[in-house]
Amino acid sequence: MAVNPSAAAVTFPRAVERDSGQPVARCYQCQKCSAGCPLSFAADLKIHQVVRLVQLGLKDEALSARAIWLCTGCKTCQARCPNEIDGARVTDALRVMALRERRPAEKAVKDFHFSFLLMVELLGRAYEVGLILLQKLLTRNLTQDLGLGLRMMARGKLRLLPSRAPGAREVARIFQRARELQ
Amino acid sequence: MKYGYYPGCSLHSTGREYDLSTRAVLGRLGLEVEELKGWNCCGATSAHSTSDFLALALPMRNLALAEAQGRDLLAPCAACYSGLRQAAAALEAGEGRALVAEEEQRRITGRPFTGRVRARHPLEVLSVPDAVAGLKRAVRRPLKGLKVAAYYGCLLVRPPRAAAFEDPEQPRSMERLLSAAGAEPVEWSYRTDCCGAGLAFSRPALVGELCSRLRVEARRAGAEALSTACPLCQTNLESRGAEGRLPVFYFTELLGLALDLGGRGSWFRRHLVSPRPLLSRLGLG
Ligand code: SF4
Ligand code: SF4
Repeated sequence: MAVNPSAAAVTFPRAVERDSGQPVARCYQCQKCSAGCPLSFAADLKIHQVVRLVQLGLKDEALSARAIWLCTGCKTCQARCPNEIDGARVTDALRVMALRERRPAEKAVKDFHFSFLLMVELLGRAYEVGLILLQKLLTRNLTQDLGLGLRMMARGKLRLLPSRAPGAREVARIFQRARELQ
Repeated sequence: MKYGYYPGCSLHSTGREYDLSTRAVLGRLGLEVEELKGWNCCGATSAHSTSDFLALALPMRNLALAEAQGRDLLAPCAACYSGLRQAAAALEAGEGRALVAEEEQRRITGRPFTGRVRARHPLEVLSVPDAVAGLKRAVRRPLKGLKVAAYYGCLLVRPPRAAAFEDPEQPRSMERLLSAAGAEPVEWSYRTDCCGAGLAFSRPALVGELCSRLRVEARRAGAEALSTACPLCQTNLESRGAEGRLPVFYFTELLGLALDLGGRGSWFRRHLVSPRPLLSRLGLG
């Protein structure tokens, strides 16, 4: 069977190597990364499979993997890879690409990151109550964690009102620059 | 030498007891700190998950502040610590993305970060031989009979080159401190496994599975409590998943207890799983 390599088969691996700074081509599928990955049991793909998709230029498959959103960035894969490939930087790069193409496979995870960063952009620091409320609105799941939130509040673990950190203006400009550079 | 203290957002909210106990312990052991003026959020998981630039520029603004104030930073939150260390390591390695982020933050803030100051974790600073000897001398109420599992999680040991201050697969610093405080650290195999961290709000069930496994394994090894060094780990282990619930301390709370420091009622009162029954059973209440 003749195989016609698509354009993505050539450009995609290069783009991921550039954005992640990782020598993805070196991977020889030893699976040490996935053996230690805490999310191997839960994700649709294991991290060595994600890396393989990138090598093969299978862009759609890689960008629509839920695994890239479930990666916690624990860096176990990075610490154990014999070829010094940081799987977390690969999933970071793929997530940014998936966002650019507006197709996050795990909307709740994306909404969380969005809500968290919005608070930081506005206030210079995280603000849990605002983050939780915003995420509830976005995911339309009003009851999840309500009890936990109330228990935390009763123990003085959550600040009710936001406050703007000194230096918040500089932080907002860093966010603005991040958007310009994208 | 005085350190700049970088609490990070969690130590002002969910991890308040970590903040209070860390400052108290550092003070008792003669380590001076002053909160970094004007600090900002390091961006945590959400920054590196969505923007390489933010993941570097946000910590670098803090490092530049520390450099301007002439002090190394002490960062008790493992996630902040890791963010600061990874940004500094990328810059030191001359990575283009880090050079860009530093230049941009410098242009915006007017303060450079040249790598002259470093971020360190209290676990590192407190576990050097001199500090452990000092701790031993200062202990007033040895934590006799307290079987505790030291849990490091991810970001104190990984990525090894940027973050680890000891063997990343077999760290011992926390065990050294707990032993010096008179407790009995247990041997177990899950000390550097992930708790699920930032997925707690978006995928709570998944994080619950990870935390349940950690608690069950700690119990299987004979532990009656966990000791942590990160506000995300502590909160997740206290609140996520149903199995094997047990008290989850910050290691500084346990040191503070052994040092018989005042104010610890306000640390333990904040816990979601009260440590009081365990402590009074051991006569440590
Ligand atoms: S550990 Fe490295 S070389 Fe082995 S499969 Fe994973 S990424 Fe590939
Ligand atoms: S960083 Fe992500 S891919 Fe790598 S081991 Fe951790 S969760 Fe798995």
